[in-house]
Amino acid sequence: MSGDSVGAELRLVTPGQVIGSVSGKRTGTGTFTAGEEIIATRLGWVRDNEGVISVDAVNTFYLPRSGDLVVGIVESVRNNLWFAEINGAFNGLLPMSLAPWKVEFGAAREHMDVGDCILARVQEVDETHNVVLTMKGVGLRKLNDGVVLELAPNHTEKFANSSLDILKRLRDASDCRIIPAQNGRIWVDGDSEGIAFARSIIDIYRNCGHMSDVDQRADEAIGNKENRGEA
Amino acid sequence: MGGYGDVKLLREDGLRLDGRAVDEMRPVTIEAGILPAADGSGYVKHGLNEAVAAVYGPMEAHPRKIQREDRCVIDVRYNMAPFSTSDRIRPGFNRRSREISKVTAEALESVVMVERFPRSKIRVEIEILTAEAGTRCVGITAAAIALADAGIPMKDLIVGVASGKVEDTVVSDLDKAEDNYGQADVPMGILPTTGEIAFMQMDGDLSIEEFNTCMEYNMKAAKEIHKIMIDALQRKYDGGEA
Repeated sequence: MSGDSVGAELRLVTPGQVIGSVSGKRTGTGTFTAGEEIIATRLGWVRDNEGVISVDAVNTFYLPRSGDLVVGIVESVRNNLWFAEINGAFNGLLPMSLAPWKVEFGAAREHMDVGDCILARVQEVDETHNVVLTMKGVGLRKLNDGVVLELAPNHTEKFANSSLDILKRLRDASDCRIIPAQNGRIWVDGDSEGIAFARSIIDIYRNCGHMSDVDQRADEAIGNKENRGEA
Repeated sequence: MGGYGDVKLLREDGLRLDGRAVDEMRPVTIEAGILPAADGSGYVKHGLNEAVAAVYGPMEAHPRKIQREDRCVIDVRYNMAPFSTSDRIRPGFNRRSREISKVTAEALESVVMVERFPRSKIRVEIEILTAEAGTRCVGITAAAIALADAGIPMKDLIVGVASGKVEDTVVSDLDKAEDNYGQADVPMGILPTTGEIAFMQMDGDLSIEEFNTCMEYNMKAAKEIHKIMIDALQRKYDGGEA
């Protein structure tokens, strides 16, 4: 088993593979116990975080949780609500009471129509995965400009929480506004050159997100641009 | 008596027509993550059989009548390509592909942690590119690789294997002639870590002793294929080793 802290030696496991003995350990995500053994349920890297054994999946899909910041795309409109596709199994429901505007019954389409892009938060997820969204909150709005790029949610998390501060450096280097959402979508707004550069860095996470040196690769690419004096 | 008419399936030296021992399986090659457009994918070449599987989801189950409040459903579509056999197969679903889709879905439902995704659906597409014998087993193995590649939580990697009887002798992993002219065949879906059986069918008659030998051969083959599956997944994501 790997060491006692995050960042220690990592080991790739496959579903059904025995990770180690359960003694003195607790099971985290991507694992279950069978008798005295901890078994992996997903393909990924074993992580031992202060006695909690979990598996960081190589590939993931988005499972909404209350409070998540998401970029959604409106898929259908009713008299008093919108349904937005949020990159999960189920569409999120945005009632007019949680929209940032005062909406008259039957006039929802005047504010947002099918295909519009929104920055919202997950207000609530019930046990059968019904998702309610809210746009009441600081910074939550309809996204009129920019582009939306997609990454696997676990790679987006790596990109947003990089130890090398990749997100901040990319914002400075590309001169773009960049908002990574927890559903694997990243909103980028700026001039076309900046967007193209941001896209090239995000592509590094898309193609090499499962590798341990992905932050170094992105760091090097941003460093090259900074050294050329283009940032 | 074994066999079918004058067809000889075992040589006088005890080996099979293709030179394999009775407990020897055909060569197996496995690749993971071969289809960039799918959420997960797998390719299996087992003897002359070739299968590609793609996984999409979890997604909302449609039509709504198939939704389950407490778990997801696994929607499998097994299909043989028209060019997969020497006689062209008419494209589209038929009785056989419906049956295999159903039993494959049931086998996969017993390993996937379906209770994690209420009201959802996981779509599994299995395409047989070349068929020799045992395509349902190859399809199950390819689907397991694709599910693991997609990050779907599972209790184990299920492996599809088959054994059978030719000329009154139990043999492992039947080839086309043995499948067509043999006396029995027993395809199984095995969870190699625990030795559980998630799926089993039997075509023909076997004594209890012969059946036990089939089980033994299938377990042995499942463990060998399981190692190849793990190797394929590790090869695909090898760059992530810290």
